[in-house]
Amino acid sequence: MDLTQAAGLGAGLGLKPAHYDAACACSASGLWFEVHPENHLVEGGPRLAWLEAVRERHPLSLHGVSMSLAGPDEPDPLHLERLAALCERVQPALVSEHLAWSVLDGHCAPDLLPIVRNRQALVRLERRIDQVQERLQRRIAIENPSHYLALPGHEWEEADFLNTLARRSGCGLLLDVNNVYVSAHNLGFDPWPVLCAFDPDAVLEIHLAGHHADPQWGERLLIDSHASAVSEGVWRLYQRLIERLGPRPTLIERDGDIPPFADLLLERARAQRGLEDAGWHPLGVAPWHRGGTADAVGQQDSTRWGVQTDAFGGWPA
Amino acid sequence: MKPQLDLNGFQHTFWAALWAPEPAPASAETLPEWQTQPGWQVYRNTVLKGCVDALQANFPAVTTLVGEACFRACALDYVHAHPPRDRRLLCYGDGFPDFLGRCAALVSLPYLPGVARLDWLWNQSHSAAEAPRLWPEDLGGLAAVDLAALRLPLHPATRWAWFADLPIGSLWRAAREHWDDPNPPHWQGDGLLFTRTQDGAVQWQPLSQAAAALLDACARGLPLGVALEQTLEVALRVAPQTDPDAGTNPAPGPDPAQTLHALLSLGVFCRPSVHSPLCPEYPA
Repeated sequence: MDLTQAAGLGAGLGLKPAHYDAACACSASGLWFEVHPENHLVEGGPRLAWLEAVRERHPLSLHGVSMSLAGPDEPDPLHLERLAALCERVQPALVSEHLAWSVLDGHCAPDLLPIVRNRQALVRLERRIDQVQERLQRRIAIENPSHYLALPGHEWEEADFLNTLARRSGCGLLLDVNNVYVSAHNLGFDPWPVLCAFDPDAVLEIHLAGHHADPQWGERLLIDSHASAVSEGVWRLYQRLIERLGPRPTLIERDGDIPPFADLLLERARAQRGLEDAGWHPLGVAPWHRGGTADAVGQQDSTRWGVQTDAFGGWPA
Repeated sequence: MKPQLDLNGFQHTFWAALWAPEPAPASAETLPEWQTQPGWQVYRNTVLKGCVDALQANFPAVTTLVGEACFRACALDYVHAHPPRDRRLLCYGDGFPDFLGRCAALVSLPYLPGVARLDWLWNQSHSAAEAPRLWPEDLGGLAAVDLAALRLPLHPATRWAWFADLPIGSLWRAAREHWDDPNPPHWQGDGLLFTRTQDGAVQWQPLSQAAAALLDACARGLPLGVALEQTLEVALRVAPQTDPDAGTNPAPGPDPAQTLHALLSLGVFCRPSVHSPLCPEYPA
């Protein structure tokens, strides 16, 4: 995390190509933008130029969806080098990835696939996060994905697993409230105690998004679609969360059925007001240090229906 | 003590089910329990839809020509045969043009692979590196002998294709420019040139066979004198043909110098290295 930049982050928005001009022109207090770096890992041209133009006016966050940190394949060194070059170019305030995997034998699945939270996964993730942080020379945040399956073999609850990972690797956490809400609904647990179980000191960023009932299964299965406004249930959890944690940079993700920029700004203003009510002020965060406090091993946007494809539409011909 | 679940074993099982051509019936007795849960299909659907969405975004002219439903059906076949190998979905589909040429359902549309190739070239131009351009006036002070020996590097964003038999450039333009009448103005071979403007937008224009020959020769690293000779040969060979796009064509006539000037004016070349007579340091 870039200490200087992150200090001023209030409520931000996921940046869509159709909104580049409006994003550049907007001057709301605390506003920042997040993109998937995969859509900008190119050698030149408009994708980079537009990102740099936004960056000249607002802080940026790079939210990766393809690192496959928990996958069987070792991280792609070329991908990491490209990401490092983009970080060097746009100097993001935040860099984040997911507790997930998406690559096997060199093939890529555009999704955030679930892991079994066991010792093998912890050791693997710790080593790879260390590798990424070492190369980027910065602390990254790891996000809790949405869950749709009850898997056997977990040795940790998700929050405990992520807290342990944060302690051992020195990484921070990106707490997606909608993902906890969707997972709690799908797997049958109370979301609030889970939100409370995340280490407050490790939470560097919060995500909010909308969800939908599955077309086939209805309310029985919620889909983290990012294709609607944030639900009231998620807003209530968020409000309680920031009253408990204090203010954290908060992003509203929207990847489908994208409304006008002005509508997104209104939704974002609600988050900003919540942050200000919770005492939002320039945020001080400890700089990244390798390893963190190693303890004994004792004891994982998500944009359903299109993880990173959202940003592909709308590029001017 | 319960044995630890092997993470790699789980992931390989998950992956195989994810990419299976057809989903296994939830009633199958040999399935892992998690594959019988309603949520399992979310992963499979998301992955396949994400890949198809990426192809549709990367091949908009093909989508326009065949319609969304047909495109997505063909794309799904491609996804199963060729899952992405690059984490950047904007780079997904390099084999898609050839794949379309092998689709039995599309055999009546022989121009589709070419149209797909133009979509792909547009993508490449859009994402190519920046480089200083070479303009016509930059060659103004050169002696003829130096000019003939010059090897002109292409700008990274320059892409082109010539199609000998079909009006694929026109068909692509009709789709991308949303012509009211999508039928090309002629039914003969044509070509298309992609460059990027100073402000970064990809622009395209019809390309003559002679201009394509000049670009091909420069791409092979031939000295400009040799490249222009080859251009002239092509221009003389095709000169009897009527060029319906002559009004906007960067190389309308048989004069290779005009062709070169038109291409230079579009910024298709970049400044050569220090070992060129165009550089102040030359000769070193």
